[in-house]
Amino acid sequence: MIIHSLTFYMFAAVAVASGVMVISARNPVHSVLFLILAFFNSAALFVLMGAEFLAMVLVVVYVGAVAVLFLFVVMMLDINFREMRHGALQYLPIGGLVGIVLLAELVLVFGSWAVAPEAADVATIPTPDPTVVTNTHALGSVLYTRFVYLFQAAGMILLVAMVGAIVLTLRQRDGLRRQSIAEQNARRKSDTIEVVKVPSRGGV
Amino acid sequence: MNPMPASEAMVFSPAVPEIFLACAAMALLMIGVFRRSDESRTLSTLSVATLAIAFVLVVIFGREPARAFEGLFIVDQFAVFMKALVLIGSASAIVLAVRFNANEGLDRFEYPVIVVLATLGMMMMISANDFIALYLGLELQSLSLYVLAAFRRDSVRSTEAGLKYFVLGALSSGLLLYGASLIYGFAGSTGFDALARVLAAGAPESTWIGVVFGLVFVSAGLAFKVSAVPFHMWTPDVYEGAPTPVTAFFAVAPKVAAVALFLRVLTGPFGPLVADWQQVIVVISVGSMLIGAFAAIVQTNIKRLMAYSSIGHVGYAFVGLAAGTEAGVRGVLIYMAIYLFMNLGTFACILCMRQNGRMVEDIEDLAGLSKTHPMVAAAMGTFMFSMAGIPPLAGFFGKVYVFLPAIEAGLVTLAVIGVLTSVVSCFYYLRIVKIMYFDEVVEPFDRPIGREVGAILWATGLVILLFIVYPAPILAPATTAAASLFGG
Repeated sequence: MIIHSLTFYMFAAVAVASGVMVISARNPVHSVLFLILAFFNSAALFVLMGAEFLAMVLVVVYVGAVAVLFLFVVMMLDINFREMRHGALQYLPIGGLVGIVLLAELVLVFGSWAVAPEAADVATIPTPDPTVVTNTHALGSVLYTRFVYLFQAAGMILLVAMVGAIVLTLRQRDGLRRQSIAEQNARRKSDTIEVVKVPSRGGV
Repeated sequence: MNPMPASEAMVFSPAVPEIFLACAAMALLMIGVFRRSDESRTLSTLSVATLAIAFVLVVIFGREPARAFEGLFIVDQFAVFMKALVLIGSASAIVLAVRFNANEGLDRFEYPVIVVLATLGMMMMISANDFIALYLGLELQSLSLYVLAAFRRDSVRSTEAGLKYFVLGALSSGLLLYGASLIYGFAGSTGFDALARVLAAGAPESTWIGVVFGLVFVSAGLAFKVSAVPFHMWTPDVYEGAPTPVTAFFAVAPKVAAVALFLRVLTGPFGPLVADWQQVIVVISVGSMLIGAFAAIVQTNIKRLMAYSSIGHVGYAFVGLAAGTEAGVRGVLIYMAIYLFMNLGTFACILCMRQNGRMVEDIEDLAGLSKTHPMVAAAMGTFMFSMAGIPPLAGFFGKVYVFLPAIEAGLVTLAVIGVLTSVVSCFYYLRIVKIMYFDEVVEPFDRPIGREVGAILWATGLVILLFIVYPAPILAPATTAAASLFGG
């Protein structure tokens, strides 16, 4: 048990520390790298809780896609981060005040948290025993059956996102040379190569 | 063993209109891509036909109240009424855009397709019976709207509108999700039926601070979507920056859908907590009416004016919701229906504001419209009188149907504020009439105004005028719809 707690505190501490580093690092590339570290530690926390599927998804989606995308953006776009950070200090007091008020409110709410007595009865699906059924299997068995509507709806949202990205960014430019495979394949030797008899010292 | 009864397991027939719309949208997308032509008239026609078929399907499959997909999806008379309004609004937005897009160099086939996808999202919102289904419908709608707002991508104002809408919309979605997670943490379910059971079981006077907290967050997230005060800041900028037909779309369909969400969430699962949400709705309503009335006075751009006007109208509609009774909800439904037609008509008039081939948006440009375009001026005048709530036009009855239930529910102060602010709002509506009829022509608008715009103008004008003599087509369905929401 003590090893479990020790691992938890290690991962949690590293996650929090790297979170702080994300916003305080001078170099934006370092920020993104710390973000990746934070994701890995959070994934480890999920594993400790027995939610291995969430851990995998966190690494695959957030580290594999999102963070790498951030890295590309940071490296490829010439954004002056010093300029963006300029003036952040000036908003610190009011931002901090709002944060403290919100924190106090949340503490009040969660201090007197109560769960409805009927809550356990209305849970849509009972959680299967994690020692018998793995997370992935349990999620998969409901995601494509009971929640197929939500799954399809999420698919439609992704479709809209894709169409939207194309609409807003794709431009038809003139003067582009496009590949036409049919034309390429239909080309014959006689169309392109001409055998010329070059007389000596005559040139073409 | 399957814990659910087999009869409920794979029911999807109530969702046939949505399934049809989803498949049709993808088919339209394919047609658009493979036609290799940017000309969008054909696709616009097909999209309007799709929406018309969806309308018929909604009516056919909505006769009996039913649940589908294991209770995630609900169809009742309320859903049918709201979906009908949304479909009318979306189809009109496509029709209004045909000529505008061709003239402004925005003739791209994606426009009608994205409107159809947004409509699908709105219909999913209206039929949502679960917080997750609600959220997914809302996101499908919002994502389409962000793209539409930035549709004129070469214009700084349009892209700014899209970006602003996106950032604030994402924030509001975050608030909504946070609220929903708090409610889930309290009640153990996201389904509205289960929530209603759990919340009804507890006594209303108990101090469930968590669920009230969640309710406030959910209300805040939804208030963003209907642009109610104090979450209205994005509205004028987005309405002004977006292309005009898109603004017309924003002003009607998404607002109707989001008001439907408000009604379903507050009267359904949170019906037992009416005392808790009533005060929130009263504050939102008073704020919206005040901002809508006073901030619109100083506007010079007609689209900004319409933005503040729509904020004010949400405030009036919420007077009925604040009553929390069946009559109040009926009033909201009638109000939204009339609001839809008034706004579509007004935006059709705004689309006529074209001088020498380019759009103008200043209120002063309307000067002397009655001499150059008497019919357009007459229609615009009708819509303005109706919005101001002058009897005997439809807008007056809309206000009557929301104010009376509020008075019956004891919210006299709220109703008085409503009447007073609508007197203030008369100023800017009637100023437009004054400019059209009594000012001298500076530069006449182009002719002809276009068949599509003219048709919308006639149709909406007739609805507003005929409501006085024959209100049954709106009143009767609204009554059954409100009854269905209260377990009738």
